[in-house]
Amino acid sequence: MIRAVDNGELVAGQQAAASQPREIRVRVLRQDAPGEESYWERFTLPYEPNMNVISVLQRIAALSKSHDGRHVAPVAWDCSCLEEVCGSCTMLINGRVRMACSSLVDNLFEESPGEIELRPMTKFPVVRDLCVDRSRLFRSLERVKAWVSVDDSYDHGPGPRISPEEQEDAYPLATCISCGCCMEACPQFNKIELGRREGETEEAFETRKQEAYDKQFLGPHAISQAMLFNGHPTGKMNADERMEALTGQGGIQMCGNAQNCVAVCPKRIPLTRSIARAGRAATVWAIKKFFDR
Amino acid sequence: MAQPRVLVIGGGLAGLSATMRLAELGVGVDLVSLVPVKRSHSVCAQGGINSVNASTRQQGDNEWKHFDDTVYGGDFLQHQPPVKEMADWAPRIIDLMDRLGVPFNRTPEGFRDQRRFGGTLYKRTAFAGATTGQQLLYSLDEQVRRWEVEGRVKKWEFWDFLEPVLDDDGRCIGAVCQDMVTMKFRAFPADAVILASGGCGLLYGRSTMSMICTGSAVSRAYQAGVKYANAEFIQVHPTAVPGADKLRLMSESARGEGGRVWVPRTPQDPRDPKDIPTSERYYFLEERYPQYGNLVPRDIATREIFDICTTDGLSVEQDRLCVYLDLTHIPRETLDRKLGGILEIYEKFQGVDPRDTPMKIFPAVHYSMGGLWVDYEKSASGGLAEGSPRNQQTNIPGLYAIGECDYQYHGANRLGANSLLSCIFSGLFCASGVIAGAGRGGKEHGRLFNAAVKRQEDRHQAILSRPPGESNPYDIHGKLGDVMTRAATVVRRNDQLSQAYDEVCRLEDLWRHCSLSDTGNWTNQNVVFTKSLGDMFPIAKLILKGALLRDECRGAHYKPEFAMPGIAATDPVEQRAEAEQWCDRFEANTRKWLKSTIGTHGADGHPVITYEDVDTTLIPPRPRLYGLVGGEVIEEVWKERQAEAAEPAAVGAGS
Repeated sequence: MIRAVDNGELVAGQQAAASQPREIRVRVLRQDAPGEESYWERFTLPYEPNMNVISVLQRIAALSKSHDGRHVAPVAWDCSCLEEVCGSCTMLINGRVRMACSSLVDNLFEESPGEIELRPMTKFPVVRDLCVDRSRLFRSLERVKAWVSVDDSYDHGPGPRISPEEQEDAYPLATCISCGCCMEACPQFNKIELGRREGETEEAFETRKQEAYDKQFLGPHAISQAMLFNGHPTGKMNADERMEALTGQGGIQMCGNAQNCVAVCPKRIPLTRSIARAGRAATVWAIKKFFDR
Repeated sequence: MAQPRVLVIGGGLAGLSATMRLAELGVGVDLVSLVPVKRSHSVCAQGGINSVNASTRQQGDNEWKHFDDTVYGGDFLQHQPPVKEMADWAPRIIDLMDRLGVPFNRTPEGFRDQRRFGGTLYKRTAFAGATTGQQLLYSLDEQVRRWEVEGRVKKWEFWDFLEPVLDDDGRCIGAVCQDMVTMKFRAFPADAVILASGGCGLLYGRSTMSMICTGSAVSRAYQAGVKYANAEFIQVHPTAVPGADKLRLMSESARGEGGRVWVPRTPQDPRDPKDIPTSERYYFLEERYPQYGNLVPRDIATREIFDICTTDGLSVEQDRLCVYLDLTHIPRETLDRKLGGILEIYEKFQGVDPRDTPMKIFPAVHYSMGGLWVDYEKSASGGLAEGSPRNQQTNIPGLYAIGECDYQYHGANRLGANSLLSCIFSGLFCASGVIAGAGRGGKEHGRLFNAAVKRQEDRHQAILSRPPGESNPYDIHGKLGDVMTRAATVVRRNDQLSQAYDEVCRLEDLWRHCSLSDTGNWTNQNVVFTKSLGDMFPIAKLILKGALLRDECRGAHYKPEFAMPGIAATDPVEQRAEAEQWCDRFEANTRKWLKSTIGTHGADGHPVITYEDVDTTLIPPRPRLYGLVGGEVIEEVWKERQAEAAEPAAVGAGS
């Protein structure tokens, strides 16, 4: 016989940390909507062991009171999987771009005891508080045609044979969660924020945004994705189209080799290796194009 | 004839595979999702995807055995034709995903590698590291992006599905959704609507599910008249890592690659686990289930882990329930190559390297086998008739459900690595039928759409204008999670279930008066959450009512009061007599309870439960005897009975 657990939880408490602070002081850079002024708001909440920044924000939402007891709207932020694989919860935590879910409070306290600072990413337009509009990130994937151009989804047998070495080379690139950390950290990647004009339709605004995006830097993630697909036996059949994008406006030549991208990538993707490969491929491509004229 | 336009709600594996296939067939698709589709919950699936493959085939495996393992693992509660069709399609689906560029792990010769998962004795599971769901989702996301560039697909990301719109004949002609950034409402006329909105784990508070798995979309369909089946069958995954915000999954692949579950024989042995000698470790799954070992089906592994901690008091820790999941005997490079992703998650969130120290794990709510009721059309060969508009269609014509939000494939318990398969299969397979059955659109029904938008705007305004100072939706959610976790997970008792039902009703009343802390009209996450919380109650009630009424044990639904223990006698004659009685009772129980639970939303807000027969015409139900004491005697008696009854041979048996 099995008996039910009485405490209403499948899991009881966690092991306690050695020396526990009593409270967590959180400073959040808030903004009510695009184009509005940003402002700091402070919150204080009781410390619990084994918290991450998500559980801090959840407590703030439930509390909806600032540190001085004023009623305030809950902080808006994006999150979903809470295990660092969906890429939603990117923000600046104590000044460093990272994922809120895998930022554990106890570790953050080693950086600055008792206090946490949260800010939205600075390279994307703020939607509200810690939510930003990262549609440009996905637009970059379109620009480099980050897909395998299969004929159709019917049965044509298995894909190409691939050696374990090739798989082990490709797999890390394929784990990019589109979080945007690399773009935030990149000195060559600058914010583009457009407002909708009076009388402009939604579609016209979208088109204008995409045109603006397309003139600017793709970002490290998209270069790496282009290399992923140019390395795939079928994907490589469209390598020229990706090289066109990589060598065009806002392409690989924008990279200043600061190497910040690889330092902040939460999935430790070898972005600089991809960029170096793309650089070499771009040189070969330029020469080939010169002789093909 | 103009091509139809289809609305797909949800961009996980099911929604994306349907969108890809529809776009390919020339259909325009509006794809609505709470998050950018690349961030859908399918990314969390880790272990792999099942199919018969060249290697297993030459060891005697075939599609029929995959089908058989799935229905046996699911305790025969699923209609068999869809499951057969899925198992038949599985090898082709994996080939397709391979072509789309999924970086499946490879053998030295360059073929796809496979590992073993629970509930089967074959290595059927193809995998891409330990992030297979992520890799499958990304490949489909890429294909859909390609169609987006072509203009065939229009994505509506950060949009919330609010209600299906029906015409005067009860046919679904579109839906109303809300932009979660601008908070604006919009009608989406469509020739068919496909729900692919995933599971409802959030109504348990913390689970292995993502924050978007609120079940609100299915609940809204249910409240609009769609039947919901087998709600009480909720899978509790045996191995998860407890956390303050979520219970993070530790994939079954950890055991598939040789991970061993154990507890110290001395309760709460204070020694470092590595200092505890083998003789003082209790490998309870291996001892109790010599054939399947650590890879018994999930419902069984979950109960055993739960039981060893609660009844036997052998939890590793004093004040926390957990057991060891041990990988430390496996070489580091093997672990990194095959399980890297999940081990990193453990390391990151627990601060301990599972390659050196056994992990501490405990079961957590993981998957909903039940879901929206959907139809199918059986083919002559016992599978499904391709292109039939009935496939995956709910009881509302023109409204379809696929993926985790339908009830069709996993019966009373899902086998590991079958969910990715059922999601992609149902998405691909439904497309031709959706087109065949597509209506003439909702465009001429402006009146109905305007009324539906108005209804939603009013509901929204009513919630926003509630007086302040009442209870808080986040607190109510926490309480709902506690009630549901206590009453409707691993062990269920009727007194607790009916008490929980009353508590859920009380919480629902409380919700009707809860106050918002944000009453604005821009990216108001507070009101979106409050609405989805309100929609958790109808499903919570369905789960509890279904569980309360079902007085038996089947798969994930376990009531000790109705358990059928093994053979107690030691004398062969008595054993035989007990086995006869056991089989009598099994047959009686099958007649009474081998039925789908069908829930409909009553006008008073309470579910109305009826039962439907299950199509078991391909494989006759048989007792699930995994590890049961005296199972061999019961099996002997059972086989004799089957032999006596067997004039007509099993239909279409593949081997």
